[in-house]
Amino acid sequence: MNPTDKSADTLKLYNETFESRFLLGTALYRSPLEMSDSIKASGSQFITLSLRQQNPEQNDGDAFWQLIRDTGCKLLPNTAGCRSAKEAINLAEMSRELFDTPWIKLEVIGDDYNLQPDPFELVIAATELIKRGFKVLPYCTDDLVLCLRLLDAGCEALMPWGAPIGTGRGLMNKYQLKTLRERISEPLIIDAGLGSPSQAAAALEMGFDGVLLNTAVAKADNPVLMARAFALAIEAGRSGYLAGLMLQRQTASPSTPVLGQPFWHQ
Amino acid sequence: MPSVLINNTPTSIKDDCNLQQLITIAGYENQRIAIALNGEFIPKAQYSNTQLNHNDAIDIVKPIGGG
Repeated sequence: MNPTDKSADTLKLYNETFESRFLLGTALYRSPLEMSDSIKASGSQFITLSLRQQNPEQNDGDAFWQLIRDTGCKLLPNTAGCRSAKEAINLAEMSRELFDTPWIKLEVIGDDYNLQPDPFELVIAATELIKRGFKVLPYCTDDLVLCLRLLDAGCEALMPWGAPIGTGRGLMNKYQLKTLRERISEPLIIDAGLGSPSQAAAALEMGFDGVLLNTAVAKADNPVLMARAFALAIEAGRSGYLAGLMLQRQTASPSTPVLGQPFWHQ
Repeated sequence: MPSVLINNTPTSIKDDCNLQQLITIAGYENQRIAIALNGEFIPKAQYSNTQLNHNDAIDIVKPIGGG
């Protein structure tokens, strides 16, 4: 592969091609302008958003929608906050109609403390939504059996967590994540828990196909610069993975030739 | 007079009010919204023939930032 030809290495999800492996969230920014500038700096082509109740007296018209539409990105609505398969399925249907897209980031939360996905409801919801024609990207834990069940349900890509949402703790369970990568050939995107560009690079170096994050960019002192930093890290990590990492060794091995070492005499 | 909950806020409606009429009364007309009635998604095409009943719970949602 020509190392300068980025088009040769693309992310494929449900037979759609993305040049960027960076999926970015649209929440928590200090201003709408900061959000749109961060999206531009990230190079992301796929951005997440959500639906919430809004009463007429809080009404801002369709300002947020206009801003999102102007980014030109593909939209990935989520079912954040849903606590049952039924809630998630209904919110997914509402999203499909409103955003005119079959894509859904499927979230079904099972625990308030760490916002851990409910694996049982997640599989139920994924099964039903796939039947209804959705392109489901499930936010899941790093549990191998759960991931296999989601694939059985018809998911063509999975989004295991690196760490709980908003913690910024990175790849908490590398053993489990490596196991997923070794056992699953479908695209895997690390979703949630990443706090720094180096953690994103590490995920791509491990062979993950992309990352989805929000807080690490939106809550940075300079979100636009952080979006760019993550984009570079993701590219670096991916190139490192494709290049093939050296094997780790227990003992040192000199890189400078030993033969001809001055001052060394038998 | 029947009453419904719009996004958890009690609202009085006239008898025989349907979902399309409610959208207009509540100020959501011509906006990008989606609706669930008693927890079930209602497609736009069904607004006019979805009759509301006393104590119905209506969720009206709009796009917002999400992760």
